Amino acid sequence: MKPQRCKGMRDLLPAEMAVFRLIMGICRQCFLKWGYQEVRTPVIEYLHLFTSAGTLTPAMLGKVYSFLDWDGWSGERVVLRPDGTIPVARLYTENMEKQGLARLFYSANTFMFEEEGGRPRERWQSGAELIGSESGAADLELIALSLEILEKLGVEDVELRLSHAGIIKILVDKLGLNAGEVSESLAEIDRDSPLYEEILKPLLDLEGKSSGFLKKRRALLLESMPDIAICLDDFLQALELLDSLGFPYRVDIVSGAGFEYYTGMIFQLYQNGEKIGGGGRYDALITSMGGGNIPACGFALYCDRLLKLVKPDLLRSPESPAILVRPRQGSKESIKAAYGLAASLRGVGYIVEIDLGGRRKKKYRWVIKIRGKEALEVRDNTRSIKYEFASSADFLKLLEADSDD
Amino acid sequence: MIKLALPKGRLLRKTASLLQKADWRLDEYHSDMGFYRPCSEKYTDVRIRVFHEKDIPIQIATGNYELGICCLDWIEELMAKHPRSGLVKVKDLMYGDGCLYIASALPMSGNAHRYSPVRIVGEYPNLAEAYALRNRFSRFSIFPLWGAAEVYPPENADMVLLSARSEDELAQAGMVPLSCELEFSAYLIANRDSLESKKLDKVINSLIEVLPEARDIKLAVKAGPDKVPLRASSSAGSRKDLVRLALPDGHQQPPTIEFLNKAGIRLDDYPSAMNNRRPEINIDGVLVKVIRPQDMPLQVANGNFDLAITGRDWLTEHLCQFPSSPVRELLDLQFSRVRLVAVVSRELAVEDTGGLSRYLSGNGSSLRVASEYVNLADRYARENHLGHYRIIPTWGATEAFLPDDADLLIENTETGRTIARHNLKIIDTLFVSTACLIGNKAVTYRSAKGKRIKSLVERMRQVVGDN
Repeated sequence: MKPQRCKGMRDLLPAEMAVFRLIMGICRQCFLKWGYQEVRTPVIEYLHLFTSAGTLTPAMLGKVYSFLDWDGWSGERVVLRPDGTIPVARLYTENMEKQGLARLFYSANTFMFEEEGGRPRERWQSGAELIGSESGAADLELIALSLEILEKLGVEDVELRLSHAGIIKILVDKLGLNAGEVSESLAEIDRDSPLYEEILKPLLDLEGKSSGFLKKRRALLLESMPDIAICLDDFLQALELLDSLGFPYRVDIVSGAGFEYYTGMIFQLYQNGEKIGGGGRYDALITSMGGGNIPACGFALYCDRLLKLVKPDLLRSPESPAILVRPRQGSKESIKAAYGLAASLRGVGYIVEIDLGGRRKKKYRWVIKIRGKEALEVRDNTRSIKYEFASSADFLKLLEADSDD
Repeated sequence: MIKLALPKGRLLRKTASLLQKADWRLDEYHSDMGFYRPCSEKYTDVRIRVFHEKDIPIQIATGNYELGICCLDWIEELMAKHPRSGLVKVKDLMYGDGCLYIASALPMSGNAHRYSPVRIVGEYPNLAEAYALRNRFSRFSIFPLWGAAEVYPPENADMVLLSARSEDELAQAGMVPLSCELEFSAYLIANRDSLESKKLDKVINSLIEVLPEARDIKLAVKAGPDKVPLRASSSAGSRKDLVRLALPDGHQQPPTIEFLNKAGIRLDDYPSAMNNRRPEINIDGVLVKVIRPQDMPLQVANGNFDLAITGRDWLTEHLCQFPSSPVRELLDLQFSRVRLVAVVSRELAVEDTGGLSRYLSGNGSSLRVASEYVNLADRYARENHLGHYRIIPTWGATEAFLPDDADLLIENTETGRTIARHNLKIIDTLFVSTACLIGNKAVTYRSAKGKRIKSLVERMRQVVGDN
């Protein structure tokens, strides 16, 4: 029987890995240019980091990979991180709280059990956290940054959907819903019930509408839900900011459910109906884990989904053509000469492999046979020409001339 | 051929009478005395195996058995962790009623427990975890138990998840119910694929046809006259300098009391005919509880108990799982000698572990290792390079797993007779286990409590003559 990878886990082969690195690289470049600093958190965290109220829902916690560590006799469970934001908030609270405002970014894998083997149980995301600002400008910065990255990746037709956690919470309380599965429970509400007419319908009607429409509806909404005022105004303000910068969006109140730690605006990025990223404001998270009263917001892009969307033409071919160096078999002297030549070629930027047999020679631009102490026989596969050189210096001259062409 | 898993223990009598009513005419399924393979005179194509009830849901879920009977509590315990397993509930059999309660020894006020670490013990760790998550406990520790959950609170646990027939029964054990998590009874269960593809109908119908039309009105559980109120006064239990000593229940009791008597230690009701798990001891400042020896190392590691008399087998099992645990063997008490052995079917042409390893590499299939000692079995398989293996945790009657339901057992044996009787053979001895006194290495002997612990250990040391 051939060995098999675990169900729900994924291998990235060289071609996929090149795209993966490209995505990570573009994310990294953009984050750095916007003043974000890279951090890394461990794969294993304490489970209790994720169980406090207002972090992950019980439904999500029922799918985490938790276990007792080798020293877990106290019953304290650890978990393969199921989320990217909470560990970074933990890192900030543990190490950086004194510094105040922080712009942090990360690339990390997260783990969540999926019943069907076809859905990935390990996922990669690249995300940014803007900690220490309560301003709506911070939310705006994250939206702009995420859209910039997607544009640089060549992902087209990105749709920005907006919601507000405060409004969802009020809705959940009013309708007595299960906080974990808001969209499912909303779908089940009887369309003829007075609750639906009074509360849900006016909100659902907002879908796809502009800030102007929401403004006009404000009075009507406040009539049935007076306590919605603060959240609604907060949301309106954010929408107006986006209008002023000309970012197209659609309002979709029920879209933001799931992550409990969000407290303010939630934004989600869709492409062709599939979610490729999202984020929002989580002002209570750091307090809930024992830190100060520090507002924050963040987002993440889902790298596994982007893998399918990034156009391969963004991938540049290797900068230098590859060279194969073939020492004479069994000759120590020849092997030594091959290593010396390969090192000097790599030093000037070429990709050089020492021949171990087994690969097609045509794949290389240059194939070099070590003839004696100095002498080389060189085959140029592009032009199908064979050269003889007395020393490697002569070959280097040829290479130089070739790259000038 | 249809494979049916029947329960030992609490459901045996009523399950036997159901099968009798359905005219199965079983040759043996009347007592727990180690008959594991009854045959039906009427349903000759049904292969029956008797399991510990707790082992049945997993056997059905994996499809190893097609049909089984067990109570809903063990089904839900499995489903809590594996919601989409292959297990299907076919029919409520309307006997074996009970209820799973979350309980504590003292009434708990409001939500106070939600903000401090809460210790939950019980035989249902998956359901306990689901309860804690659902109720948004931010910090909690679940201590899985083999039994005797009711004796832990308030000193050794804050909450307990346990089954009882009624709140009265809980009250008698000194428990205050916080919530009823699950009402259960015996169920006929089936593997989903088998139910869809195989002809189980005949067997299923034979049982369903003889069920009563409706459930009897539940018997109000009478206060058992032979139950003693077990609740300790909470003021005594909470004394900080109290030494908490755990003594084993079950068949370890006679040699344990004999040993303690030699050390001049007297207990007023141990072994207890009335299942009293809090015997009085003739030493001031020592609180004694009677719990399962399997549970002791974990409890000592966590400081819930200071000293315990258990077997080296369970101590080693604990240290395999948690190598840096602070639990240590303080004294070898030298009684209750058993060997921990690796066992295979006598039919298998393998004489030792090396032979097993060679046999497997030639065979290419994966090895099923059944054991009550999950971590010992895992270490044994790992260290002997048994390749692709799976550990099947069991709750007893492990020898009956060979040869159909497992390939290798890690078992304890005193004389080897049970193993021989089941047509099995020993291919390796892991180690010899005797009763031992265990304690926490982190304890210092300077405090009043420390001195008390030390003097207890010294009394016992004099008996075993270990200087």
